[in-house]
Amino acid sequence: MIIRKAAVAKFLDGLLKEYAVYIPRRREGYSEYTPLDPGSGYFWQGLNTQKPPKELLFPHGETLYSYRLRSDGVELRTHFDEEKRVLFGIRPCDAKGFCYLDRVFTRQDYQDVYYQTRRNNTVLIGLACLAPTTTCFCTSLGGGPFDTEGLDLLWVDLGERYAVRVLAPKGEALIKGRPEFVPAGEADWQAVRELEGGALGKMAPVLDLSGLKKRLDENYSDSVWDRVFEKCIGCAACTYLCPTCHCFDLSYEVEGSQGLCVRTWDSCAFPLFTLHASGHNPRPTGKERFRQRVMHKFRYFVENWGVMSCVGCGRCIIHCPVNLDIRDVLRQIIAGVSA
Amino acid sequence: MRQAARRLLEENTVNLVIGYAWGTLPLRTAPFFARTPAEADRLVYNSLCENNLVKYLLRYSKEKLGLVVKGCDARSLVVLLRENQVQRDRVHIIGVPCTGVIDRRKVMELVDGQEVTGAEVTVEGIVVRGEGFEKDIKTDEVLCVSCRGCKYGTPVLYDTLVGEEVRAREENFGDIRAFEALPPSEREAYFAQEMAKCIRCYACRNVCPLCYCTECFVDSSRPQWLSRRPATADNFFFHLGRAYHLAGRCVDCGACARACPVGVDLMKLNRKLIKDAKDLFGYEAGLDPGQPSLLSTFDPNDPERFILGG
Ligand code: SF4
Ligand code: SF4
Ligand code: SF4
Ligand code: SF4
Repeated sequence: MIIRKAAVAKFLDGLLKEYAVYIPRRREGYSEYTPLDPGSGYFWQGLNTQKPPKELLFPHGETLYSYRLRSDGVELRTHFDEEKRVLFGIRPCDAKGFCYLDRVFTRQDYQDVYYQTRRNNTVLIGLACLAPTTTCFCTSLGGGPFDTEGLDLLWVDLGERYAVRVLAPKGEALIKGRPEFVPAGEADWQAVRELEGGALGKMAPVLDLSGLKKRLDENYSDSVWDRVFEKCIGCAACTYLCPTCHCFDLSYEVEGSQGLCVRTWDSCAFPLFTLHASGHNPRPTGKERFRQRVMHKFRYFVENWGVMSCVGCGRCIIHCPVNLDIRDVLRQIIAGVSA
Repeated sequence: MRQAARRLLEENTVNLVIGYAWGTLPLRTAPFFARTPAEADRLVYNSLCENNLVKYLLRYSKEKLGLVVKGCDARSLVVLLRENQVQRDRVHIIGVPCTGVIDRRKVMELVDGQEVTGAEVTVEGIVVRGEGFEKDIKTDEVLCVSCRGCKYGTPVLYDTLVGEEVRAREENFGDIRAFEALPPSEREAYFAQEMAKCIRCYACRNVCPLCYCTECFVDSSRPQWLSRRPATADNFFFHLGRAYHLAGRCVDCGACARACPVGVDLMKLNRKLIKDAKDLFGYEAGLDPGQPSLLSTFDPNDPERFILGG
């Protein structure tokens, strides 16, 4: 389908009858997904918001249940977020990130109803990347600037208009009968293919990660780990800004006879991450914690799900306070040397 | 720099030099750990050396270290010496006179958020380029707020000084004075906006050499002082708590603000406390290891203007 740019504001406003609509926004040098300003049609077109859209499906902090002690027993309430959402302008790497969260939170032996409720109520409208940046490396991880995995619609900027690829029933339902859309012609799809070729041409050369898993299977005790983490200061910039990192922590916020059970993001970089109640910590220093990050993403996740849990969005590279570049780390591990 | 580090390693004065090397992105250097003379050849120093390496000192207990410090970094080391966190004879201080550190965020604003794909340091500043643009930027246009009025660019303490001493700049708390002059509602709104951004990644705390508590109050679970979720009020609690723990200690190196991945304006709070320490008590942290610490010293002549009727 095709939609003129001038009609986008009307289309997005129309969605508000049924959905909350989230768009990428940049202000004061900072970008994230926020609710649409009705009537404006505004959304930021730069690549990769600083904060990924992850928190819209897997919030940084959420109440799972609350309780209140009464004279006759306990009153319990579970808290589901049932808002119907459209996430507009999602980049292919972030959509792929959601697919990895899906694997974790909808596996056979662990059904996370909090996540699933949000996921089922969410429609993802993607925006293809015409000008990948130098930190984009999605093509090294099975994705690409026009990749469709996880998306319900993919929009491609043709200048005055967008070409819209319909990818899933949820996406089809969203635009069905909407007067803003007209069928696309063969010339439009030809233009899309050319833009895709152009975008791929701008990507940095693909990293060869084929030997990585095998190296990680063997190098748990290698000296490479002694050096590769050395400048890491153990913050959570990389994991919190990663669209695939999903470790969480539970805590209780209690006030007198009532309280909340709260789930928040956790990070393998923190000393608290696997601290046992006894005081023992199997990952006592930054070395073990950094190794865990790499092992989880590039070895354990592969064993569990057949894919590496990195989508190549480059956020951890851009925002790490000490420029610990994961591409560099992977190269060193594959080469078996520390720089 | 390279020569000095090389010599220290060759002569076995130290077995590890912590300095800076070029990073993997334009505008970036990164902490670098040199253990051999050959590795020392990768060291660099320039206005993009934004990290404060003193933090790493606390991690090594066996090595004899060489450590590269700018003026403000040296002051944070002085505070650590004063607080008995570091043994003076374990570290060989390689001081570099500093004329200011570039704030990458200001550069990004100057190029309207476009991607910078290449950058070069020049005598006057930097040249940045990207798709369809090239821009010549003077260091002074993009200096970190802390550096604009830095009086201590030449390290106050060192074993080897690499380069010529630099002139002290004139103290400049213009940013804080302007902020103090705003009506309370505007100040509150500003902090609310900044605190709402914080994702509680603790990069600011973790890069700060003076945040060395084995258990930070934010990590305590019994009692749990604040919510683990990044709600604005809890974020504020964290930052106020941290700022107070740094009152009279913070040396205005700005490393925390540069480390923040989402650009929270941390120096408003820190520099206000620095200015207060100066105005109220005539105190500046990190000038001399023998200097008593501000908050553990009682002086009957201390001003008490903040006490009701005082
Ligand atoms: S790699 Fe960088 S962002 Fe990640 S924990 Fe270490 S210092 Fe923080
Ligand atoms: S990593 Fe790929 S999908 Fe993600 S923003 Fe860059 S080009 Fe687009
Ligand atoms: S570095 Fe920034 S986002 Fe992280 S905790 Fe500090 S202020 Fe918050
Ligand atoms: S609080 Fe920030 S400016 Fe102050 S000493 Fe620590 S890192 Fe430096």
